Amino acid sequence: MTPLKVLAAMSGGVDSAVAAARAAEAGHDVTGIHLALSRNPASYRSGARGCCTIEDANDARRAADVIGIPFYVWDLSDRFHDDVVEDFMAEYAAGRTPNPCLRCNEKIKFAAVLDRALGLGFDAVATGHYAQLRTGADGLIEMHRAVDDGKDQSYVLGVLDQEQLRHALFPLGGSTKSDVRAEAAERGLLVADKPDSHDICFVADGDTPGWLREKLGDRAPNQGGAILDEAGVELGRHDGTYGFTIGQRKGLRLGVPAPDGKPRFVLDIEPVAGTVTVGPRERLAVHGLTAIRPRWCGTPPARLDGPGVTVQLRAHGDEHRATVTVVDGTVEVELLDPAYGIAPGQAAVIYDGTRVVGSATIVSTSRAPLESRVSPVTR
Amino acid sequence: MIGGVRKFVGGPYAGKAMDITSRTVYLDHAATTPMVPAAVDVLTAHLREVGNPSSMHASGRHARRVVEESRETIAQALGCRPGEVVFTSGGTEADNLAVKGIHWARLAEDPRRTRILASAIEHHAVLDPLDWLRDSEQVDVELLPVDDRGRLRVDALREAVERDPASVSLISVMWANNEVGSLQPVEEVVAVAAEHGIPVHTDAIQAVGAVPVDFAASGVDALSLTGHKLGGPYGVGALIVRRELGVTPLMHGGGQERDIRSGTIDTPAIAGFAAAVELAVKEQASYATRVGALRDDLVRRVIEQVPDAHLHGAPLEPLGEHRLPGNAHLGFPGCEGDSLLMLLDARGIECSTGSACSAGVPQPSHVLLAMGCDAEAARHSLRFSLGHTSTQADVDAVVEAIGPCVERARAAKAPR
Repeated sequence: MTPLKVLAAMSGGVDSAVAAARAAEAGHDVTGIHLALSRNPASYRSGARGCCTIEDANDARRAADVIGIPFYVWDLSDRFHDDVVEDFMAEYAAGRTPNPCLRCNEKIKFAAVLDRALGLGFDAVATGHYAQLRTGADGLIEMHRAVDDGKDQSYVLGVLDQEQLRHALFPLGGSTKSDVRAEAAERGLLVADKPDSHDICFVADGDTPGWLREKLGDRAPNQGGAILDEAGVELGRHDGTYGFTIGQRKGLRLGVPAPDGKPRFVLDIEPVAGTVTVGPRERLAVHGLTAIRPRWCGTPPARLDGPGVTVQLRAHGDEHRATVTVVDGTVEVELLDPAYGIAPGQAAVIYDGTRVVGSATIVSTSRAPLESRVSPVTR
Repeated sequence: MIGGVRKFVGGPYAGKAMDITSRTVYLDHAATTPMVPAAVDVLTAHLREVGNPSSMHASGRHARRVVEESRETIAQALGCRPGEVVFTSGGTEADNLAVKGIHWARLAEDPRRTRILASAIEHHAVLDPLDWLRDSEQVDVELLPVDDRGRLRVDALREAVERDPASVSLISVMWANNEVGSLQPVEEVVAVAAEHGIPVHTDAIQAVGAVPVDFAASGVDALSLTGHKLGGPYGVGALIVRRELGVTPLMHGGGQERDIRSGTIDTPAIAGFAAAVELAVKEQASYATRVGALRDDLVRRVIEQVPDAHLHGAPLEPLGEHRLPGNAHLGFPGCEGDSLLMLLDARGIECSTGSACSAGVPQPSHVLLAMGCDAEAARHSLRFSLGHTSTQADVDAVVEAIGPCVERARAAKAPR
């Protein structure tokens, strides 16, 4: 192996610490970097939320000390705000459901950070993501799902193209989380027992609707409106369409139960009209979807219909068998079995077996019974 | 003497990233400077002895004698009376004690004294107590502008004082700025203040040992200094404060240090501190000549290598009279200062991007912003600060490295 100059992105968590340690042990010349993404970092971490408190920066620094590598903090808070947080707000305001982690990998970790690293003379960026990289028969780098199904993060990396993958290292893809924790303890990394991060790092208390209400303010498309049933009958009121996601069941606060007594789910969000439509779960069944802005890990495909072709529609979501057709940069996905609770804005990541083919952003879904009411979203 | 051999502390792979026997080019003396051997000797000798200076017995009396002799040494070196030296835990405590303690005492004497005037380029050890006083005690804090060389505008001070002299409890203006090294017009500040009987505090933490500092001759009423910036130990400093000026204590306890600063007196640290102050003041003139010449060489040759680099603060000519001799604060357009710092660090050259915050995220410097730089210019700057161990070889190493490092840092600054 040729030793590389590697920049290890260290969040302060256990995974990125072990990833950096493994890269160093493999003989690479590793420098640790903590990305300061919040403009006003909190001092302390609360529970499993947040990933850029000052305490996290200190944890990353101590891990770098133990590994014995240089360590710096890079302030990317402005880039993160412009490219990730603003996009997140705009997408919710438009009635879509974005995934900021994909966006961050695409625009920050493997763009802003990678570009700067390459400019500074580094060869690669290593992270603690669980995914595997292999060189294929055609010489291209392939990304595969991680060995640990429960931790596999190839979904949030599905936005990386060949050039980005060529400069990426994911040292944890072949390990299970429990092995990584045990290894961290063995290596004397004090973050070995630190809880995993969940939720959205910049929504400190996990209350996304509350966070959006505060941040969007006058930029919200509406400050409330009607909750309708499928026939258009008003069942209740809401205080902003941005607080809802398609497939959502909780928090509807409808006083009137459904006539059949079954739970109701959000079927549609219309930010301009300010309405939220609800109905039974079976009306959420999606049989096909259209996605745009595809990002391919390798050679762009025209059609994928092999037996191993699947799509994943949310982080840690199910794999759905599918056929995929690409025409003029638009990705049409036909699902062999229905998927539920699929919202425009989410990423469809396409796999062939364990290999990630690419990803695209969902703009519309086709729900058989409601074919005429599908709301196309243009971007 | 060269900058010294890096003491290896780190994990099993550290050696791969850096040659542990390589020479470190240490050019961050304004952050902290190596202890002088005389101070180490005195400090370690006293660490082996017992005795609380407040105890009545022989051991206590011996420790007390060491402390009082240290106080006299410092007084002698800095032109004050021994009784005016109040030992503290360092510069931050001395600044806090001055700003809050003098303000509280002055306000207690006259409730109209609700304003504090300070330069906009004070260290955070002054600015943050001022922020705190403003936010929690409704003190009217006025931060006074500086010119584009980082020197207080005395006309603005005069205007602020004369607007309502009776309401000013304190004026605080540093002797020399820690980031850009600009010397402040302390004499003129004292003249304005004296017309109205307002006390002046000066943070002289960067100045003692680098430029001539005489407490009595300066006419200031209080002066902060610290050990580790002048070759003494960490964790010890002093506020020199005129006997006539009341200072309300920050900490209450055993009543040590004229009842202004309670806490068991740290005899070894104080002895080491006094040895370092004595030596630094004795050698100040030769230090300034030697280090000033190295600094001038560094600035000129760096600008030869990087023609659009520029010096912030007071110019080198004539004779750098408004600048600390060890300070070279340079802007490198098109670079991120922290990229440049990292590239130099990888080559064993250690400098600073200015004041760092606790998370290690460089904020645009309030000093450069006050001097009229925009945030972009504030982010592409580096401070090289030379000190008593600096050599021509250190300067040569920077001159050799700076061109390639700037080129790389520019390449790494991704266009938006």
